[in-house]
Amino acid sequence: MLASQDGDAAAHRVLLERLSRHLRAYYKGKLARIGRGATEAEDLVQEAVLAIHIQRHTYDPAEPLTPWVHAIARYKLIDFLRRNRASVTDVPIDEAGDVIANDDHLSAESSFDLRRLLKHLPEKMQCAIEAVKLDGLSVAEAAQRCRISESGVKVNIHRGLKALAALIAQRTQT
Amino acid sequence: MKTDELISALSAGVEPVNRRQVNRSVGIALVVGMAIAIGVAFLALGVRTDLTTPRTLIFLLLKIVFAFGTTGAAAVYLARLARPGGERRVSPGLAALPFVAILLLAGVSLGQAPSSHWDGMVMGDQWLECLISIPIIAVVPFAVVIWAVRQAAPTNLVRTGAFSGLVAGGMSATAYALHCTDDSLPFVALWYGGTIVLCTLAGALLGPRLLRW
Repeated sequence: MLASQDGDAAAHRVLLERLSRHLRAYYKGKLARIGRGATEAEDLVQEAVLAIHIQRHTYDPAEPLTPWVHAIARYKLIDFLRRNRASVTDVPIDEAGDVIANDDHLSAESSFDLRRLLKHLPEKMQCAIEAVKLDGLSVAEAAQRCRISESGVKVNIHRGLKALAALIAQRTQT
Repeated sequence: MKTDELISALSAGVEPVNRRQVNRSVGIALVVGMAIAIGVAFLALGVRTDLTTPRTLIFLLLKIVFAFGTTGAAAVYLARLARPGGERRVSPGLAALPFVAILLLAGVSLGQAPSSHWDGMVMGDQWLECLISIPIIAVVPFAVVIWAVRQAAPTNLVRTGAFSGLVAGGMSATAYALHCTDDSLPFVALWYGGTIVLCTLAGALLGPRLLRW
């Protein structure tokens, strides 16, 4: 987590992969109890992974990581249930330990498509995210392609990901 | 979309983040909000002109210590609440300490005065102005505080909203103290304390709407 806060891409990837397995087990367990399926669990996993990425600056290194992840996971779960008109009282009381449970099932897909969702964003955000996140260009190259400054690319990626998170939240409303 | 694809996309071109950003935003909001509160109080109401005797100076200082104390204590917790899971590390007890202190002082001061004076000590001359001014002055600082908290990710929105209101109410009361000429402890306890609590309740109600992410 500390390395990914410092901008280490490889560490960030390993972190998100590991956390996504924990999150999958967590959400499957919770959703199974209220009769929801694996696709919805995967939607939530991706919402939470996106939130962890966007909010990685809010993790305080002096604190343990698990409660931070658990708080995000639970917040997204309650938000999902509220959007879907289920009662918050349906959420079983759970402990921070629940989020460390593991699950290796990787084949599930969520119900949304990143490239298609991107089309709903403003052009600059779309271009910046596509260039850096999907096509693997550096920030400088992306700045050239999108004809904005380098700091503009960074700002557009950050805002664009937040906008994407909001879009996904709308989409998963059933 | 598979989760792996999302993770690959997110891990491309990762920027380092500033771990102090949350505390910094709250700090900036504190300074800006305080400046706005004092500015509004100064322009709309003006500073009291009777600051010539030690008694009035002591009372001004006391009101500021009380009002700013609530803000300070609440701001420390607000910086924690702004982070996911931060509500675990918040005990409302410390935030209530300034209120307990001023209530005790008010009690002592009432106890020493004859009961015929109580009415004047509690109601003061301008309780209505105090009751109206503090919440109004708090509006813009509250917006600034909410902006700062929105830079982070609170997971307990009611409590975070309440503390945002508490911080804004305290800042507003600090600014209003520069104008207010009612110098009695029971007055400060009831009308300052009461309006700050009012701001806190308003914050708790608005929190879930303003702070969602």
